[in-house]
Amino acid sequence: MNSTTLSLIELGVVFLGLGILGHLASRVGLPPVPLYLLGGLGLGYSGILEFSGGTDFGEIASEIGVVLLLLMLGLEYTATELVTGLRRSWLAGVVDIVLNAAPGAVVALMLGWGPVGALVMAGVTYISSSGIIAKVLGDLGRLGNRETPVILSILVIEDLAMAVYLPVLVAVLAGASLLGGLQSVGIALLVLAIILVAALRFGHVVSRAIASPDRESFLLKLIGAALLVAGAASAMQVSAAVGAFLLGIAISGATARDAVRVLEPLRDVFAAIFFFVFGLTTDPRTIPPVLGVALLLAVVTAATKVATGWWAAGRQDIGMAGRARAGTALIARGEFSIVIAGLAVASGSVDQGLAALATTYVLLLAVTGPVAARVAEPVFLAMRSRFRAPVGAP
Amino acid sequence: MDFEETPLPGIGIRREITIAAGRRVGVIIHRDGRSELMISRQGDLDATLASVPLTVEEAAALGGLLGGAQLVAQLTAEHRDMPGVNTEQFLIDVASPFSGRTLGDTRLRTLTGASVVAVVRAGDVIPSPRPDFVLQPSDLLIVVGTTAGLSAAAEILRPS
Repeated sequence: MNSTTLSLIELGVVFLGLGILGHLASRVGLPPVPLYLLGGLGLGYSGILEFSGGTDFGEIASEIGVVLLLLMLGLEYTATELVTGLRRSWLAGVVDIVLNAAPGAVVALMLGWGPVGALVMAGVTYISSSGIIAKVLGDLGRLGNRETPVILSILVIEDLAMAVYLPVLVAVLAGASLLGGLQSVGIALLVLAIILVAALRFGHVVSRAIASPDRESFLLKLIGAALLVAGAASAMQVSAAVGAFLLGIAISGATARDAVRVLEPLRDVFAAIFFFVFGLTTDPRTIPPVLGVALLLAVVTAATKVATGWWAAGRQDIGMAGRARAGTALIARGEFSIVIAGLAVASGSVDQGLAALATTYVLLLAVTGPVAARVAEPVFLAMRSRFRAPVGAP
Repeated sequence: MDFEETPLPGIGIRREITIAAGRRVGVIIHRDGRSELMISRQGDLDATLASVPLTVEEAAALGGLLGGAQLVAQLTAEHRDMPGVNTEQFLIDVASPFSGRTLGDTRLRTLTGASVVAVVRAGDVIPSPRPDFVLQPSDLLIVVGTTAGLSAAAEILRPS
């Protein structure tokens, strides 16, 4: 067997395995991301698979996975939705940042990971998984609920916050010294400002250039533009992921809608590889030492997300049950926490324990998030009737 | 009636009315054109009792059914001054003998004296259809006639 044959067999086994895991996840109503991570961890631990032929392919495929994940994050909301969201719910966004970024930062500082580690962990605990949450809301038939727009506008603000956070994070990760860090932060913000202005002013030009009535050429143009922008951004020290994200924001209107449709299956394939490789490269032996911290962090930041949703829904005059639903819906963390941890680990400027902590943390909350959203209502109603029963009794 | 439009970022848009009974009833229009019929729960108005996904055709047909009822109410009100003249609606379903045939084939006017004043199809109202109009399943015929004429029309259009 030559190496190509071996690579094909390995890749086939990996994709098949991930497919089966994803199927199992959807059978029990869970998002597939935690199972992909577990699959990677498990294989890495058992040492069955060195992913030898995969070193090249796995690396580039997982990089493409990140590019596609962030391109789709940029495509997810239209410019109008971003602007309206910012205007209407900026206060909820601020509460969300303060409550949910702080626990991650504090834990990182306590673990002695320094300000860079704190910035990374703040992002990991802050960002909810818009993918998991949108899926859960749809599955539970809650799109008609009055608290749903509140949840979605918080996700919109998080999306916008990422546009500022990611370039800053990448710059800080790249800069060794504080001064060098500040300098590259300055450069990153300048580049970001230029691209954002260009995106808002010439977004329609970008959209028109990429748009095509033919699905096939449209897909190729999209992928080409995404990889080109990602590569150029990477060359300018802004990180491939950030470049793809900004391209996603620049594409607008009907082109964006079509882009989401044609990219979705491709994103699913490459993102699965990304999560798998992230799990594979995380040494499972580093998990037990951080397990306690991860549990504590999960409990605290689940509570802070519930508080955020509860408060934001309360401001819109939504009843107690609706507030409980809004709060618990926001708990899920997922793909973007892993992307942030992945950027940090790839830069090599953070503690090795961070990958383990982020993985464990996401495993915990990607699973409990949807479950909490599901059981929130019955549990809340049962609790309320228990509290009310003695009052109402004759 | 309270009409409300709420953007659902990343998903689409929700349009709803609050009906006299207090419930919210509306549609969720997804970005890809799919729509969902949505009814709020009794007791907890924030929550959804049912959310029913509909294809474009189904949504249009449902719109036609609701619009048909409105048309009948309107015509009945107009005919109030003419005692003995009524309006009724007949649905052409898949099993109907006239599905795929022309309106002329029903010989409704000749046999009953009642006349088809409009056809509601996929949400559109087609006024005064001609005899060569081809009927399709889910068409709603709006028929005006005397009470006797309408019951005779029912015999023809809904043979049991």
